[in-house]
Amino acid sequence: MTNVAGFPLLSIILFLPLLGAALLLFVPRDNSNAIRWIANVVALAGFLVSVPLWFWYNAQDASYQFVERMPWIPSIGAQYFLGVDGFSALLVLLATLFGFIAILSSWTAITERVKEYYIFLLILQTGMVGAFISLDFLLFFLFWEVMLVPMYFLIGIWGSDRRLYSAIKFFLYTLVGSVIMLLGILALYFYNHSVTGVYTFDITQFQNLNVPFNLQWWVFLAFFLGFAVKVPMFPFHTWLPDAHTDAPTAGSVILAAVLLKMGTYGFIRFSLPILPDATRHFVPMMVTLAIIGIVYGALCAMAQQDWKRLVAYSSVSHMAMVMLGMFALNPVGIMGSIIQQLNHGISTGALFLLVGNVYERRHTRQISEYGGLSKVMPTYAVVFLIMTMSSIGLPALNGFIGELLILQGVFVANRIWAVFAASGVVLGAAYMLWLYQRTMFGKIENPKNERLLDLNLREFATYVPLLILAVWIGLYPKPFIDRLQTSVDRVVVRINPEYRAQAAAPVGGQR
Amino acid sequence: MPPGINLSDFYYLLPEIVLTTGALLLLLGDLMTPRDKQSILAWFTLAVLGATAAALVPVAGVNIQVSRGLIAVDGFALFFKVIFLGSAALTVLMSVKYLDVEGTRAGEYYFLILCATLGMMFMAGGTDLITLFIGLETMAISFYILTGFLKPSRRSNEAAVKYFLLGAFSLGILLYGMSLMYGLSGTTNLRAIATALVGQETDPRLVLAVILVVSGMGFKIAAVPFHMWAPDVYEGAPTPITGFLSVGSKAASFAMLLRIFVESLPTMRAESASALQSSPTIGWGVMFYVLAVVTMTVGNFAALTQSNLKRMLAYSSIAHAGYLLIGAVAGTARGITAMLVYLFVYAFMQLGAFAVLALMRRHDVVGDELKDLNGLFFRQPFAAVAMLLFMLSLGGIPPTAGFMGKFWLFGAAIESGYIWLAVIGVLNSAVSLYYYIRIVVYMMLKNEPAGSEPRQSPALAFAMGVAVVGTLLLGVYPRALFEFAEASAATLGTSTVTQTLP
Repeated sequence: MTNVAGFPLLSIILFLPLLGAALLLFVPRDNSNAIRWIANVVALAGFLVSVPLWFWYNAQDASYQFVERMPWIPSIGAQYFLGVDGFSALLVLLATLFGFIAILSSWTAITERVKEYYIFLLILQTGMVGAFISLDFLLFFLFWEVMLVPMYFLIGIWGSDRRLYSAIKFFLYTLVGSVIMLLGILALYFYNHSVTGVYTFDITQFQNLNVPFNLQWWVFLAFFLGFAVKVPMFPFHTWLPDAHTDAPTAGSVILAAVLLKMGTYGFIRFSLPILPDATRHFVPMMVTLAIIGIVYGALCAMAQQDWKRLVAYSSVSHMAMVMLGMFALNPVGIMGSIIQQLNHGISTGALFLLVGNVYERRHTRQISEYGGLSKVMPTYAVVFLIMTMSSIGLPALNGFIGELLILQGVFVANRIWAVFAASGVVLGAAYMLWLYQRTMFGKIENPKNERLLDLNLREFATYVPLLILAVWIGLYPKPFIDRLQTSVDRVVVRINPEYRAQAAAPVGGQR
Repeated sequence: MPPGINLSDFYYLLPEIVLTTGALLLLLGDLMTPRDKQSILAWFTLAVLGATAAALVPVAGVNIQVSRGLIAVDGFALFFKVIFLGSAALTVLMSVKYLDVEGTRAGEYYFLILCATLGMMFMAGGTDLITLFIGLETMAISFYILTGFLKPSRRSNEAAVKYFLLGAFSLGILLYGMSLMYGLSGTTNLRAIATALVGQETDPRLVLAVILVVSGMGFKIAAVPFHMWAPDVYEGAPTPITGFLSVGSKAASFAMLLRIFVESLPTMRAESASALQSSPTIGWGVMFYVLAVVTMTVGNFAALTQSNLKRMLAYSSIAHAGYLLIGAVAGTARGITAMLVYLFVYAFMQLGAFAVLALMRRHDVVGDELKDLNGLFFRQPFAAVAMLLFMLSLGGIPPTAGFMGKFWLFGAAIESGYIWLAVIGVLNSAVSLYYYIRIVVYMMLKNEPAGSEPRQSPALAFAMGVAVVGTLLLGVYPRALFEFAEASAATLGTSTVTQTLP
């Protein structure tokens, strides 16, 4: 097939972190530094081996690339079937990058049960990568659920305050959604058998099925429950502020930057191309929920006293924006939706890292405890400023490109929706700038803040790749858009065939 | 069919004969073993189980009936015998230290485990109501005694009496149902009953027979509303026996249930509500549908509030009987395969969980309360991680074996069009995760040790290790199991009568 690497690149990316976790099992518990070094080196290696996905990826080739395929459970037709297109390749890169950043950011933050902590983070990374690269539905589901357990423990053991409550809530919400999704998968599996006579979980096969509307309707709702909890869409979002607030910094970062993308990935990879009729049927519901999410998330963010909770609610609002762009169902909107997923990962991931830095110094997240930090922490203030601007979509930074494309797509689809989408951008600017003002500007009124240390080299290093990406996508998004074109086409061909001609033309604001 | 017993029967029944001989030798050996060398008996028991397993090898792949159609030697029986022998061996492994802590004599204990196993083997192989009933009695009586084996413990005695009384009552009901089946068909052979009853589906006496047999079997698999005995018996019985009871007895009862309903009452299924309207008969398919829904739901919701681990696992095992019934409702080849797969993986995860509970039993601590697990993660990391795996597996989370089992069950329901049954099933497994995860929460998140430290023994650690490997391996690479189960399920009801040696 099109495995340009000539060796199982995806399997290596997938299992390297797991091997690292296995290696950590044999390191003595009390040798914390060795554990930290090994975890960091493994995570860095995990990122480096995924870099070829960027360079060796052929943007012209519309099929899945780096494919690996062998039988797994032949009696039910399940295969070990891996492959990526532009969309999943970029998400894999996002996952491996944040896997490394999360581990690097934990060096001093985690001092208890260090070994288990890094083992869980590395297992989590295998789960995330596996979900993005699986082209077999059963394999996908397996990795999807594998992610749950380590995340549950990251929140439950190393979290703060109400960690037990938040961890269980996270676990149960996601679980209920995903078991219903499993029924949807099974329904497709048996439908495919009744049509073709073959038992298979091959996603590429499902993407070419013409499922009757009645079945599509049910399967769409089943998938919706699975994915909407993960995104999270209003009204399934209530686990998110709790989980984020109580998770350790690295947990929040991974959760925001990568795990939430599982939901949107699921919609674009499965719901839209496999169930196009039901997708069109459910547009009013999805758009309504997305618009409520945008406005409600933003208003909640504005009302928060807790820094981390504010960022969490901003996530709800931003991800709702991603959903709105997606359900414009036109090439520009879907392209914007995907780009904005990457952007949300970069900027919100960075914002959680930033909260983590001051939390490690002061052990409080109350916004009112801070103020005037720019005087004592100038580098921190600059990084925070850039990431705030990226989050609110200032031109020349990444957020702008995504929001522009989404607004463009939504505007074509329906102008009233576009008004709400734009209101989300405005509200976003309001709560982020207000947060910045309250924490960074003014006089230092709290004496505890007078001697805060600025970012050290390790902490700054966690931001370097994110700053580069923010500026890169902001100024020159063409390489990203090129890589995503075939993924967008694949969805549009199924969902909105009349756009096919238009999809051949380039999209994007800044080519 | 010639009268009397044929020579070839001895060949095909070699596993049962080996097991019986071994059990009797064990009883003799017990008299000659000094009190402080009781663990030798455990190794002897394992050897007997191993020899029985070895005797299974020559009859693997055979698909015949022996002893004038009383017993089938087919793939279906073979599959269950593997489960019984495996779970009996794990039970013995975890009993060594447990009996030591409890200070009870071991001889009769291991003898009764072998007797129970023998009964189970006849329940899986029986193709005649008489064989099935004798197998059931052999197993049940062994378990009554084993439940009350801790003579000084009031809980154990109470459980045994309760189990015996309710068990005898339910066996009476079952026997009444069987006698009606015999009366209406004039035979006790399962296949002959099926032939004789064709066309009598609407006979109210037959419907009554089906209801009575469903009730009797419902008691043995602990389906709601016949489940009342389970929590008390599970709590009172010695921990390894509870494990064996919940795995072996349940698997054997499901084997017998499939034998009776699929082999002898196939026309009494009346699959759906629409079929129900067109004919006045109430089929067992509908009864199992209702039982499955009620059993899953009541089992899981009752488990939510338990603070005693054995009671919690009792309710959890009730819920699992409900999941398993989904396969019987579907009634298809996939449904039966699903039940086989699930019972197989269930043996590993359930016995594993009881192995961890057996570890918690110490001289000064009973160790079956939820709070006894506090901080186990830091005191016994291996046992805690193992328990985590078993709980995830019972809850059906990949990459554990429990997921693969549930996948088959829910898949069978969807394939046969029982969408709502599958929906109720998955929602139930989501509910169940709440109490499974609560166990994990206690182990991992609170650090207040109570009583003396739990200590591993090599045999117990080995049993736990086997369960862990099984739970993980069958979750990641279940290929061999699936093929074995599919081939075995396909032999149900296809064996032919023969009297010749191969």
